[in-house]
Amino acid sequence: MPDMLAPPIATDLLSIVAGDLRLIASRERATGRIVFPPRPATESRFERVVLPAEGRLWSWTVQRFRPKSPPYAGPEAFEPYAVGYVELDGALIVETRLAHVDFAALRIGMPMRLVPLPFTLESGEVRTSFAFAPIEGAQP
Amino acid sequence: MSEDVFIVGAGIHRFGRTPGLSGLQQGVYAVRQALERTGLTWPDVGFAFGGSDSAGNADTMVSELGLTGLPFVNVANGCATGGSALFGAYSTIKSGEFDLGIAVGFDKHPRGSFSPLPADWGLPDWYGETGLMLTTQFFAMKIQRYMANFGITARMLGAVAEKAFANGVLADHAWRREAVDIETILTSQMVSDPLTKFMFCSPAEGAVALVLASGRKTRELGLPAVRLRAAAVRTRPPGSFEVFSPALDIARGGSPTTVASKAAYEMAGVDPEDIDIAQLQDTEAGAEIMHMAENGFCADGEQAAWIAEGRTGIGGALPVNTDGGCLACGEPIGASGLRQVYENYVQLTGQAGARQVPGRLRLGYSHVYGAPGVSAVAIVER
Repeated sequence: MPDMLAPPIATDLLSIVAGDLRLIASRERATGRIVFPPRPATESRFERVVLPAEGRLWSWTVQRFRPKSPPYAGPEAFEPYAVGYVELDGALIVETRLAHVDFAALRIGMPMRLVPLPFTLESGEVRTSFAFAPIEGAQP
Repeated sequence: MSEDVFIVGAGIHRFGRTPGLSGLQQGVYAVRQALERTGLTWPDVGFAFGGSDSAGNADTMVSELGLTGLPFVNVANGCATGGSALFGAYSTIKSGEFDLGIAVGFDKHPRGSFSPLPADWGLPDWYGETGLMLTTQFFAMKIQRYMANFGITARMLGAVAEKAFANGVLADHAWRREAVDIETILTSQMVSDPLTKFMFCSPAEGAVALVLASGRKTRELGLPAVRLRAAAVRTRPPGSFEVFSPALDIARGGSPTTVASKAAYEMAGVDPEDIDIAQLQDTEAGAEIMHMAENGFCADGEQAAWIAEGRTGIGGALPVNTDGGCLACGEPIGASGLRQVYENYVQLTGQAGARQVPGRLRLGYSHVYGAPGVSAVAIVER
């Protein structure tokens, strides 16, 4: 990760390509099918690829209550967050947190771009996860 | 050798919350009730299939029911536990191996949403840690896209939930026995957009037992019976959209429901138009709408007219979820699929009391769906 980003929330998830955050996926050599999360690097049937960083919102919802822990690792204090699927041309439709969005402005088909998501753990430590944000009209 | 299979009796422990009674004890209650109603005794039962998702091992029931030595197969198949128990019992009688047996399902879940662990579902920890692993999100996003594609409105979701609670008022075994009007449903707390609190079912408790018998045994017993024309369990095909999916293929495909449904219609040799009454998985109000199409009852989008005309009400052309479904009964995973078959059994045999669907009912259809993409369909005939 570049210096300004907190450590990644998991290995084998995020990559930096030409200074930009990307998601790591696997491509099945025989069929070309792309899968996410990536398969273990030792699986020879697959090769590592990075997913396109831009796509269109395929569906969405808003998580209005704090998820149970485990598995949720966020702090006790809770703010609702948006979740969606974003269609990445030529790759797949990825499930993701949505960042910098006005819930009322969410529309299926709106263009979205991958961004880092600083994720605060219950301990107060911060990790880098991922989200997609609107390409136009992103909220601060 | 292929025997006809009949359901000759059924018992149920009221769904909802029963402090002081374990899930297993509720299962025993349901079995005893089914036996009492049929005049049979536990030693008459040749075999049993049963299970729960989170309330223990069904075969320990023999401690309470009697140590007759019968083969008792535990079924642990997540959301399809009840459907799989029914499939096991159906196949056992169909094979000719036994002529009388029981399928039992029960459960008892803690309050609030389910809290699954990523590793149990073959997923990395970050998926759960960052707040993506909730069944509620899946259901919300599936209906959200369906609404945009096929003209389904929030008001239609409200109408489905309103019908569920109205039917629940009339069902002795339901958890929610009070009507809820559509405005209350629409303006209640938003849980996961577009679904409000009253549009979601809750994990709960309850138990169901069904007594299955061969044709020969059924004639000998002379009890009210329905013939089990089909019992199909299917897992997901390529391109489906399921609970706990970090990614989906761009090439969209069918669903475990479309596959199980088609298999069941083929087994039974009937078409969707032949069905008189249907119990469809309604984890949330939108699921009932989408499952009407996935089970072949209408085309995508036609639900709008169906709902406007009240076709899925108890007096309608195809009554759906006549006991209030999961919305009014709650969802004890191991019992839920068998509750649907129980409801079809009591409806087809004319024992449904205040919620009895009028007229002659020949074919009843039931459909359960759950994670990670499994559906079970049963078709019964009077």
